[in-house]
Amino acid sequence: MSEPFSLIETIPYCAHLGITASVKDGALLLTMPFAAHLIGNPVLPALHGGVIGSLLETAAIAQVIYETGGAGLPKPVDITVDYLRSGRGVTSYARARIARQGRRVVNVHAQMWQEDETKLVAALRGHFLIASSSKDQTAS
Amino acid sequence: MNLTAYLAGIGGEIVDIWPLARARLPYAEKLIGDPATGVVHGGVITGLLDHTCGIAVMAKLREPLPIATLDLRIDYMRPAKPREDIVAECDCVRVTHEVAFVRGVAHQGDANDPIALCTGAFMLIRGGVAGIAVAS
Repeated sequence: MSEPFSLIETIPYCAHLGITASVKDGALLLTMPFAAHLIGNPVLPALHGGVIGSLLETAAIAQVIYETGGAGLPKPVDITVDYLRSGRGVTSYARARIARQGRRVVNVHAQMWQEDETKLVAALRGHFLIASSSKDQTAS
Repeated sequence: MNLTAYLAGIGGEIVDIWPLARARLPYAEKLIGDPATGVVHGGVITGLLDHTCGIAVMAKLREPLPIATLDLRIDYMRPAKPREDIVAECDCVRVTHEVAFVRGVAHQGDANDPIALCTGAFMLIRGGVAGIAVAS
């Protein structure tokens, strides 16, 4: 479960969106190539806001697994996504960092960009529940 | 306008636009976020709520304008039950000259037992974005 690369690819929704994970310069990086079924606004064309939110949430989950290696997937409690720019029809990237890790809950910040990492397309803040080691959490 | 490539790709459909925008999403394998439990990915709920909130905004506008999500907050109350449809119901609470405010709920048949709640804001793009034609 602490191996995020193969894990991300076993998640059907991530496969649907074409999200893959790799490690670059010692940090986890998620990549999502552009595809027609990711479009939300056909006129621009722009990535659907839900796709952007999904990539960011996946980056957050992957980072939590990468750092905590806990059993089971982290469960989202709440997320806030700020949309800073329109997501264009090119490859998107995302990475996340844990801002605070408690015993049961983790606060994670994630960022998404396309061609230029200094020009963010969107940013996420969220809380995720992790299974505590002392009390085995049953899947819900 | 209602059937974007993304919504079609996840198998969702808009079933109502007024007074509440309502979308229905049948359960499907490709929506799964946790293979161990079959629970759909949180991003599916985000996408469905984002889309349905956008429909609620467009239904409230007096003139067709392109819109863009400014921010969206989702509170996940409970995991969605596998093999059951998900319904999103969203309301555009207020439209100003530049911004529309929305709230919504995702549930599986009983809005009083929600999977998730959301609040958000959308920008109304008047006069188009630089170099980009206005949608109609």
